[in-house]
Amino acid sequence: MTAIAEPDTSQRTAALAERLRAAVGTERVLTDRTQVRTYECDGLANFKVTPAIVVLAENRQHVVDTVRLCSEAGVPFVARGSGTGLSGGALPRADGVLLVTSRLRSIGAVDADNRQVTVEPGVINLWVTRDATPFDLAYAPDPSSQLVCSIGGNVAENAGGAHCLKYGFTVNHVLGAEVVLPDGEVVHLGGRAPEHPGYDLLGAFIGSEGTLGVATELTLRLIRVPEAVQTMLVGYRSVEDAAGTVSDIIAAGIVPAAVEMMDALAIEAAEAAVSCGYPEGAVAVLVIELDGPEVEVEAQFRQVEEIARRRNAFETRIAADAAERALMWKGRKSAFAAVGRISPSYFVQDGVIPRTKLPEVLAEIDRMADERGLRVANVFHAGDGNLHPLVLFDDAVEGQAHEAEELAGAILELCITSGGSITGEHGVGQEKRMKMGKQFTAEDLDTMQLVRCAFDPDGIANPGKVFPTPRLCGERPGVHKGEHPVQAAGLGEVF
Amino acid sequence: MTAPTVTRRAGGPDDAVGGVAPREVVRPGTVEEVADVLRAAAADGLTVVPVGGRSKLTWAAPPSSCDLLLDVTGLDRVVEHVAGDLTVVAEAGVRLADLQAQLGQAGQLLGLDPPEDGATLGGVVSANASGPRRLHYGTTRDLLIGTTVVLADGTVAHAGGKVVKNVAGYDLGKLYTGAHGTLGVVVSTTWRLHPVPPARRLVTLELPDVAAAGPLSVALARSTLTPSAVELIGTAGGPGRLVVLFESIAESVTDQARATVALLGGGEESEELPADLGRRPGGADDVLLRLAHVPAALSPVLRALPAGTAVAAHAATGVSYAAVPAGEAVDVLPRLRAAVAEHDGTAIVLRAPEGLVDRLDHWGPVGDALDLMRRVKERFDPERRMSPGRFVGGL
Ligand SMILES: Cc1cc2nc3c(=O)[nH]c(=O)nc-3n(C[C@H](O)[C@H](O)[C@H](O)COP(=O)(O)OP(=O)(O)OC[C@H]3O[C@@H](n4cnc5c(N)ncnc54)[C@H](O)[C@@H]3O)c2cc1C
Ligand SMILES: Cc1cc2nc3c(=O)[nH]c(=O)nc-3n(C[C@H](O)[C@H](O)[C@H](O)COP(=O)(O)OP(=O)(O)OC[C@H]3O[C@@H](n4cnc5c(N)ncnc54)[C@H](O)[C@@H]3O)c2cc1C
Repeated sequence: MTAIAEPDTSQRTAALAERLRAAVGTERVLTDRTQVRTYECDGLANFKVTPAIVVLAENRQHVVDTVRLCSEAGVPFVARGSGTGLSGGALPRADGVLLVTSRLRSIGAVDADNRQVTVEPGVINLWVTRDATPFDLAYAPDPSSQLVCSIGGNVAENAGGAHCLKYGFTVNHVLGAEVVLPDGEVVHLGGRAPEHPGYDLLGAFIGSEGTLGVATELTLRLIRVPEAVQTMLVGYRSVEDAAGTVSDIIAAGIVPAAVEMMDALAIEAAEAAVSCGYPEGAVAVLVIELDGPEVEVEAQFRQVEEIARRRNAFETRIAADAAERALMWKGRKSAFAAVGRISPSYFVQDGVIPRTKLPEVLAEIDRMADERGLRVANVFHAGDGNLHPLVLFDDAVEGQAHEAEELAGAILELCITSGGSITGEHGVGQEKRMKMGKQFTAEDLDTMQLVRCAFDPDGIANPGKVFPTPRLCGERPGVHKGEHPVQAAGLGEVF
Repeated sequence: MTAPTVTRRAGGPDDAVGGVAPREVVRPGTVEEVADVLRAAAADGLTVVPVGGRSKLTWAAPPSSCDLLLDVTGLDRVVEHVAGDLTVVAEAGVRLADLQAQLGQAGQLLGLDPPEDGATLGGVVSANASGPRRLHYGTTRDLLIGTTVVLADGTVAHAGGKVVKNVAGYDLGKLYTGAHGTLGVVVSTTWRLHPVPPARRLVTLELPDVAAAGPLSVALARSTLTPSAVELIGTAGGPGRLVVLFESIAESVTDQARATVALLGGGEESEELPADLGRRPGGADDVLLRLAHVPAALSPVLRALPAGTAVAAHAATGVSYAAVPAGEAVDVLPRLRAAVAEHDGTAIVLRAPEGLVDRLDHWGPVGDALDLMRRVKERFDPERRMSPGRFVGGL
């Protein structure tokens, strides 16, 4: 195989690989083409780049050494957790290092009195709840990929899940982070206690998609397992009625733990895959979960049932036990993968709209799909207005992939014009960076760059992601550069 | 600076921020005017301190210079309240109390406690103020979903949006939260709202020793009860009162209050909110501190305070307020900081009597991210004109 990289780059990376081997151990540095290829994409397989070097870090020092050597060599690096990201955030650089943190997997003791636990970034999301369960505690953010995705990746993407509606997103559950900055310096943002004096750099770091540094340790907040949980599955003959139910529940002052929606096509896919036995003939289903003190859950559950009835629900099923609840969720949680059974290929989209716009936006998505002769399956976090349209297509049909991609893009623009966002949980990554300019002004993006430049002045942490135009730091018009006049005159230090 | 709604006047002693009187006070009425003012200030090399209701101007260190006091209270419009989405967009000068009154008519609230009179949304964000209900609703960082700020050079920048779930780009709202006006002027805010709970019930337990509240609040946190606040009011080394507040539907609050009495081994049930709930402790002669620590460390933190210190703690959250007698503060503060540090804790000065301010280290140690904070400040405000000297490390 011939090298794709420019000759000078490959020389530079070859020299870097040597230094990396010396620092972190030969066996943790991969450059063999067949080996590094395993890492050429994340969960978004339509972008693929073979990394020049892969480092399999096993401890913080390996991360520090790798980042520092990259910084010295001026070589970009991309952090990677479990590689389940759906926006190409962990897409490697052909001229850079892919720094894998998935082997940093130790979990500290659960601190039950303070309801927290400190973990390494490679720890799998579900393991946190597994360790917390004996203390009647749980880690609230529950992405559908919770069996495989890593906490480091969750933090970088500010991952969400079905229970975000009530409990919030990753950012609401991370108390502190140890971060290796792009120059190799180690800093601690936040901590085990709240309200650390200073800027909330932890808040800025979470959701920054690996562009501000590499997390090497995270302190997570745990929630008390609620006294009662009740789940219902409701079938509708129209999408409008299902969407209307969601609005009515919120209007009644009820904050469910989760409200998830699937349309006919998504139901069909889930049935084909896991036979979850959803109501026959349903055009839309809602999975509604309430949790909290028993009396509260019971009273509000009755209210929700009544609301659903008024919105013409034709079938309401209440989970009698944990097993039935699990089955209701199984259909929902397997929907993405299941779509593969009813369509050769599909794009997963992730956009957000104000909840009240659900009926009209869903109708418009339908219309747009019809217009192009394509099918869109919808399975999403209805309570948050976080849509996941799955645009189905057939690779074998000439031009259809392209049509589908265009439709997916048009749906995102619909989200923006409806007052929403181009991503609710999957991130901007490689895929959506060109759309950032549609949601934000140039000034907004330049202001975000100020943060980027403070953390990573040389632009080596996951460059080319999130932002449409990679800028050099200091390029922003109007920014005062160089020494302060007071400093120049020898009158004082700027800080 | 000539737009019609801008008002300007000479600054006087009444306008002083931490003892530093501004030369001029400017009160713009629109975002564009704020941008005009900042551009003009930049051209003239003036330092600027933004203010809202001026209720908490001591919460940050005194500025090293204040040419212009930028009064944001002219930006007082509630732009958009979409009840069905549980969101509201409101300008920074809107008073929190006014906003709550308006939202209340739709049966909704912003989950930040009713603060003292006059607090504005911009001030709440910039001071990162919170009250007892933070246990249930979280704080500004959890509820703020979008912001517009004007940077030192007059650039108007938006971040976040109007939807609760949004991960596009960096979450700059977090950065402006608690920044005390050092990164720009907050001009508009967008919030996630909650429904007003229909019923309320409190359990009040008198404690012969405040420190007993520590294990009790841990027990509450480990139970399945869902109080919206657990507030401790008392004096270090002396008695205290633990108030557990439930807000939900009637059946739930009655049930939970009963269970709380059983769990705590006593307590009186009632429905009225005590007038002092959420108030900061002590008086104008004391040094008011905000202590933060891991939640379960409440007892040792209380024991580290000089006996007789008035305290109010948001128990179970790890945030406490203490009013140290002025005479003892200079000696006590470093010792207290060392004691809370064992619990990952910090202590900052929120208010001190005149004459004492200069002798107290306002923020205390900041940790290993200070240099990074400097770099952030340098990018946003390279000429150091926004509230200079007010923040950690003299930023
Ligand atoms: C079937 C399926 C269902 C999914 N469901 C959901 C869902 O419900 N909600 C949701 O939010 N997401 C969902 N996802 C997307 C994905 O699982 C999440 O984005 C997850 O947070 C990614 O974690 P990861 O460990 O796989 O990260 P990766 O894909 O390896 O990386 C993601 C990003 O994080 C950065 N990163 C990784 N580790 C670190 C670190 N230690 N320090 C700094 N940056 C780092 C990378 O550079 C990259 O930008 C789903 C994915 C799949 C395949
Ligand atoms: C007894 C007492 C009880 C309180 N209880 C509560 C409570 O329960 N809940 C609660 O949330 N708060 C509470 N507070 C806190 C107080 O109400 C807040 O600090 C308040 O938010 C300050 O708002 P303000 O408009 O008065 O701001 P100001 O005092 O005018 O300013 C505060 C800070 O923010 C900066 N600033 C102001 N406006 C802007 C702007 N638009 N852009 C950038 N920077 C700006 C100022 O420069 C200053 O650093 C209490 C305070 C006291 C003394």
